Amino acid sequence: MASKSDDWKPGNIRGLPLEEFFHSGHGACAGCGPAITMRMITKAAGKDSIIVNATGCMEVVSTKYPTTSWGLPWVHGAFENAAPIASGIHAALAAQGTRAKHNIVVIAGDGATYDIGFGAISAAFERGDKFTYICYNNEAYANTGSQQSGATPKHAWTTTTPIGKIIHGKEVEKKPLTEIIAAHKIPYIATASTAYPLDLFNKIKKSFTFDGPSFINVLTPCVLTWKYDSSLSVELARLAVDTGMWLVYEIENGKFTLNIQPKGLPVKNYLAKQGRFKHLTDADIAEIQMHLDKQNKELVAERECVNKAEEKI
Amino acid sequence: MKAEKTKLTEGAVVVTPASTGANKTGSWRTYKPCLDQKKCIRCGICWNFCPDNCFMLKKETENKKYKHRFEINYDYCKGCGICAKECPVKAIMMQREEK
Ligand SMILES: Cc1ncc(C[n+]2csc(CCOP(=O)(O)OP(=O)(O)O)c2C)c(N)n1
Ligand code: SF4
Ligand code: SF4
Repeated sequence: MASKSDDWKPGNIRGLPLEEFFHSGHGACAGCGPAITMRMITKAAGKDSIIVNATGCMEVVSTKYPTTSWGLPWVHGAFENAAPIASGIHAALAAQGTRAKHNIVVIAGDGATYDIGFGAISAAFERGDKFTYICYNNEAYANTGSQQSGATPKHAWTTTTPIGKIIHGKEVEKKPLTEIIAAHKIPYIATASTAYPLDLFNKIKKSFTFDGPSFINVLTPCVLTWKYDSSLSVELARLAVDTGMWLVYEIENGKFTLNIQPKGLPVKNYLAKQGRFKHLTDADIAEIQMHLDKQNKELVAERECVNKAEEKI
Repeated sequence: MKAEKTKLTEGAVVVTPASTGANKTGSWRTYKPCLDQKKCIRCGICWNFCPDNCFMLKKETENKKYKHRFEINYDYCKGCGICAKECPVKAIMMQREEK
């Protein structure tokens, strides 16, 4: 098990296990954030895991028939079906008496998770089937050329939220999906970022210890959609956390913990590095900052209020 | 040229795990990361963040201070520059590829 902290000490190789399960030769864009995340997820899942992959970039770039980049048992179904497939595998292993031997891990994009697969995910979480659902969240439908999804932030350019005379990027706020999932009161819910591999690693490991569903939402930059120099994928994943654009927290059996305190950097530092936000005016940026501060404050306050109420019971 | 027919497995099941190795994505590169072993402190950050798993851990034979060294697998490196950007001691430099 990797250490809990993310500070690297010079002189020793620390971090994730050396064994690889997401291999070279895949066709993801140079610098692809989700591809980095696939390496991390599979290292945490380990060799006895079964991966269920929804349609999307990570499925398409890794499985040019008859080859595969995956070194684990891997299933692909229809775009919206990853959670029900995981339920089926869970039931089949339980019937065979081998459920305890395997981790079942769903890997799906935000289009698959926030939008098209949402009803099926909700049903699987209602049933309480044991598996870990991981959304690699690049905030758009990247594989079909960057259309907006429920995870796309307000104001962002996508091909379906263009910059023109009438509209200037996405017109509405993103869906608060992690909170919607939290309302299902499943045992474990977390958010993470590709820039903090050990935090992600430990959360995935932890998710396997619960007797029910877990959900992990990982923010991970997409070179094609976010429009930035390919060397910046990890930097942007880090800036999202440091500016508060992406809160890293977990809700374990109802108890909320903010795992990484945002550094309070201005959101402009994050937005200015991305072409999808290059049309923003100073007034737009001020609006985003104000909304963000309010939203983060509210989320933390609400969750801490629940923590207190639970302590009293 | 007549296209060769691929024989389909039942259910299009792929029976060869970890088999994309023949796809040498190194040919995509326009910038090449060059690792200075003298500067490298073996922290493994580059290895962690490479999307294409290009850092190979090898036994160190020259520098007594370390047991291992990293070498870059240019067969698959797409030249994204993440390793150079993330290296805390600037041991990796991106140089224009000459092919
Ligand atoms: C039912 C259905 N509708 C549309 C598609 C076309 N399609 C393939 S991948 C994709 C985008 C997936 O987006 P997301 O889940 O966000 O993953 P990403 O590509 O960003 O990794 C779409 C729309 C499909 N395969 N199936
Ligand atoms: S489009 Fe985005 S998510 Fe898809 S392979 Fe490219 S960088 Fe990765
Ligand atoms: S340039 Fe990108 S693909 Fe090449 S070794 Fe560095 S991180 Fe990996």
